[in-house]
Amino acid sequence: MLTCISFKTNTRESGHSNRTFGVYILASLISAASIPTTPAMGGEIPAAERKSGYEFMSAETRAMQDDDAANPATLWVLDGKALWNRTDGEAKKSCADCHSDAGSSMKGVAARYPAFNKSIGRPIDLEQRINLCRTEQQKATPLSFESRELLALAAFIGQQSRGMPIGVIDDAQTKPFIEAGRTIFERRQGQLNLSCAQCHDDNWRGKLAGAPITQGHATGYPLYRLEWQAMGSLQRRLRNCLVGMRAEPYVFDAPEYVNVELFLMWRARGMPIETPAVRP
Amino acid sequence: MPRSLINVPAKAKRGEVIEIKTLISHDMESGYRPDSTGKTIPRDIINLFFASYNGVEIFRAELHPAIAANPFLSFTTIATESGRIDFTWTGDNDFSATETAQIIVE
Repeated sequence: MLTCISFKTNTRESGHSNRTFGVYILASLISAASIPTTPAMGGEIPAAERKSGYEFMSAETRAMQDDDAANPATLWVLDGKALWNRTDGEAKKSCADCHSDAGSSMKGVAARYPAFNKSIGRPIDLEQRINLCRTEQQKATPLSFESRELLALAAFIGQQSRGMPIGVIDDAQTKPFIEAGRTIFERRQGQLNLSCAQCHDDNWRGKLAGAPITQGHATGYPLYRLEWQAMGSLQRRLRNCLVGMRAEPYVFDAPEYVNVELFLMWRARGMPIETPAVRP
Repeated sequence: MPRSLINVPAKAKRGEVIEIKTLISHDMESGYRPDSTGKTIPRDIINLFFASYNGVEIFRAELHPAIAANPFLSFTTIATESGRIDFTWTGDNDFSATETAQIIVE
């Protein structure tokens, strides 16, 4: 069955008042038989039905993620391990000088990030935490977002939590930021007038342009995406979705991204960390 | 030196078929993509990979622009004797990388 959903958007009055764009999206190329019941609109996915993006992948791509020797993200993890031990900045300190063996000191860290930072007064993600360590402890320059070095360190630190359940702390000071992330997630935006939730909460059983719509659980970042032929952060992935919705993406490092990251990790609570994952 | 990753079984029985996996970091720039100013980015790829087992070539592959970044190559060979397996990648702009693995054959 082919379903056509049309979205109509009244644009702002700029000489073309009341001009209507009809945007037609083949939102769901789903066979009617594959939907046992109509999914609830706007609802959160119950814990028992939560699936990682891994479960939507082909056997070949899964095999690539499962075998460290075939997973291209391992190249970044190895770089990250080297960077962990490299002295840097005016303080002439390496990550290892303070945190020693990442295998024990970084175990579980990625599973609870983004986390509230008292001195900044808001949650920060793992990449921002790394850069905070660089500027405050190592007295070094922060690494630029999506740089090979920052992705490598984040992948190396993330790997130490592989298999551990995601558990961001949702205390009173963090809650408002989770809710702010949820607001962005559920808000219709962009020229296509779509919200994240419309795909990832309501239509994850379906397909978009032949590819499965996943539930959007951020369990394996930073990850190697075959489409990118490179490693990328969750912020890059969010940017990707925003551009796809024809919404204006935020600049890297923006607090809005961190709020969404935090909400997504809260939404994926209990699911195991897969870092460094592979995705198509 | 680019980062590479080799997976060779440490031990094997004589006559056993072993699988060797290789992975190397490389952008594999095809030579067909434009940059942000519209200029074509020059081709920069690995174009040859070969492996030798105690000095005897056992595998050779030519790579072309359509091959994705960070090429992963896996192949099989027969474990004949203990020794070393050498891997070499060469490419555009004098790219060259080597890696060595040891194997014990019982």
